[in-house]
Amino acid sequence: MALRDNKGRPLVAVTGMGVVTSIGLGKDETWGAVTSGKSGIKRISRFPTEGLRTTIAGTIDTLDVEPMSAPLLSERLAMLAADEAVGQSGLPESDFPGALFIAVPPVEMEWPQREALAEASGQDGDITYRDLLKAASTGKFKAWHDLFIFGTVADRVADKFGTRGSPISLSTACSSGATAIQLGVEAIRRGETDAALCIGTDGSVNPESLVRFSLLSALSTQNENPETASKPFSKNRDGFVMGEGGAALVLENADAARARGAKILGYVLGCGEKGDGFHRTRSSPDGAQGIAAIRAALDDAGLAPDAIDYINAHGTSTPENDKMEAMSCTAVFGERMQKVPISSNKSMIGHTLTAAGAVEAVLSLLTIATGRIPPTINHTLPDPTIPLDVVPNVARDANVRYVLSNSFGFGGQNTCLVFGAEPK
Amino acid sequence: MHDVVITGLGIVSAAGEGAEAHLAGLTSASPRTDIETFAPYPVHPVMPLDYDRQIAKKSDQRQMEPWQKLGCYAAGLALDAAGVKDDAELKSRMHLIVAAGGGERDYGVDGQILTGLRQADNPGVFLNEHLMGDLRPTLFLAQLSNLLAGNISIVHGVTGASRTFMGEESSGIDAIRIAQARIASGQNDIFLVGGSYNAERPDVLLIYEMGGFLWKQPFRPVWNRPAEGGGMILGSGAAFLVLESREHAVARGAKILARIAGVTSDRGRRQPGGVTQALKAQADQLGAKPDVIISGATGVEGITEDEQAALTAIAPNAAIYATGDVIGHTMEAQAPAGIAIAAALIAKGQSNEALVTSVGHRRGEGSVRLTRAS
Repeated sequence: MALRDNKGRPLVAVTGMGVVTSIGLGKDETWGAVTSGKSGIKRISRFPTEGLRTTIAGTIDTLDVEPMSAPLLSERLAMLAADEAVGQSGLPESDFPGALFIAVPPVEMEWPQREALAEASGQDGDITYRDLLKAASTGKFKAWHDLFIFGTVADRVADKFGTRGSPISLSTACSSGATAIQLGVEAIRRGETDAALCIGTDGSVNPESLVRFSLLSALSTQNENPETASKPFSKNRDGFVMGEGGAALVLENADAARARGAKILGYVLGCGEKGDGFHRTRSSPDGAQGIAAIRAALDDAGLAPDAIDYINAHGTSTPENDKMEAMSCTAVFGERMQKVPISSNKSMIGHTLTAAGAVEAVLSLLTIATGRIPPTINHTLPDPTIPLDVVPNVARDANVRYVLSNSFGFGGQNTCLVFGAEPK
Repeated sequence: MHDVVITGLGIVSAAGEGAEAHLAGLTSASPRTDIETFAPYPVHPVMPLDYDRQIAKKSDQRQMEPWQKLGCYAAGLALDAAGVKDDAELKSRMHLIVAAGGGERDYGVDGQILTGLRQADNPGVFLNEHLMGDLRPTLFLAQLSNLLAGNISIVHGVTGASRTFMGEESSGIDAIRIAQARIASGQNDIFLVGGSYNAERPDVLLIYEMGGFLWKQPFRPVWNRPAEGGGMILGSGAAFLVLESREHAVARGAKILARIAGVTSDRGRRQPGGVTQALKAQADQLGAKPDVIISGATGVEGITEDEQAALTAIAPNAAIYATGDVIGHTMEAQAPAGIAIAAALIAKGQSNEALVTSVGHRRGEGSVRLTRAS
């Protein structure tokens, strides 16, 4: 009999996962580090930090990428994560039988390339874009067109894995990774495809990206002890820490997965989203949109709030997000919220931005698979206004069948996903 | 499956504002062209707009760079045209898909930093200090790809949920494809979909000039450019469409402009004749029998002739227009603009069936089939 969810739609199974973070290349290494409370936040060594307010990040420095740039590092992280995910799924490595949905950071030309063009222009006086254009017209910089247009990472990933159709590159800011998964779920439910490769990737720790967040006062400036700077839900939290990462999930129509004898790692049972027109960077103070997104995800999964065993928080460590998220969860889960474990892996790997929703999806599914909840580290000074069980500092064993994963972003983006060990 | 129909469109470009201006543009000799500001690169500048008409608060306008203002303006026109602008409840469940690149830079600051870096004792520190000191803090919000959608939510109250697709021309066609599929499957009833592009900025000219994709002579029609080397003339503009299920449109008494009968997109290998084959296969797949074709052709050598060969084979008797000859090449917004023009033709009774094509300058091929409402 066909596997359907309680709304009669094809059930969406996860058959492959891959993840790369600042504390591990691959699932095993990342999971080992996350459950032992290890931090990947360190002093930035990629570029000079003198003159910056924030000098720490969860960078991935072990990969050889040339030229080091956000699109190339993001591409590499996506490739590594997808290799692991597709490998685990047992689907053909270069003939993936489905669509690609990939959350990529918005890219643009970076300073080393601008400097090279300025140099090549021969201009000795004041440099303007006219000079850069003159250098560009020599045809010597052709490769940088491809490097810095938005569709290239997806194009190369699609080439390598042989995904079908037009790949979709997307951004919903810090909920992008979750949106990539949501698009895959929807395509399978509509019957357009039996498989989807859903990826979130972000390797954009560079001076200008860091400065942009810094100028919005979004980043932690607790540079003295990098490993303790990211402290979601703590009273003395002061901003997020940028992190790099990539994660990939192979989603399949559960019927198709079962028919080919694939091992099913879990299910994506529900997706919910809600826009917010309140402000460009702040959420509506009543938390209404976060609440609506969580409820929509639960509704889509056909689950009551009581069914959720654990919440993988967005938990950025900014004063505003953590307060809003705690309020939204409490509004949905009521008094029970004081007992529902909610933890933020951003305490360890930082905020992987575009990748975060996908990274957290993998960690949520590993929580279900292993019965171990990763902690919120650096939780030494609880915020009295957030009286929640944040799984402080030490991982915990628990029987986890259903997980809610939250993602919220600039521009009124709120996306929530529900994962389960089995359909309900 | 639900029928998917267009009930509102908003479009602004060098050809002007609204459907009529763009239909007139189909038969005029050439769009407004600025050959001086960025010489030798011509651009098609957008007609000056009174932004107050669609973006009421000056404070909102100040938070946006031109690509966002253009998009917000066209989105407002589309909402007005669909008769939903004042329906807050409907807009609160209306979904949004935006095709976008990124926003403008501070060109003066970039130039000063590049000039200063050459003499700096410690270039890395110089860069840090000047980025921290010279960048306007809120500029980032005018650059982030998803912040056009964010601004539309703020300015127009469209808050179902938004998704932003990137990836140049393909993102425009895929935005329509996904919205169409979500409505057809019954997942959602109503969408605002579109894209926006500001061509009057040196950083985007720089990207495409590095790739050798720009036309550097006075205006020539898209189809005539390949014989002289080929190239794109970028245009500033934005196009948004209100898409909804036929049932939803009928229930609220909306006027249906056209029906979206099918959308297809793919990423074929770029080899001689590849684009011809891809477009022919897509027209077959859609069952297209168009009397009008609105092509998103770029003017780039190779793919433009390939597309022309496909179009004359698909519909030998159809009138073939290039959106680029009306508004220029608006990248992510090109497919939405082509669909808006096609829908306007159908709504006026000047076409029974239209085919809109999108062949990306670097990659991606797509086709949309539009038919009359009934």
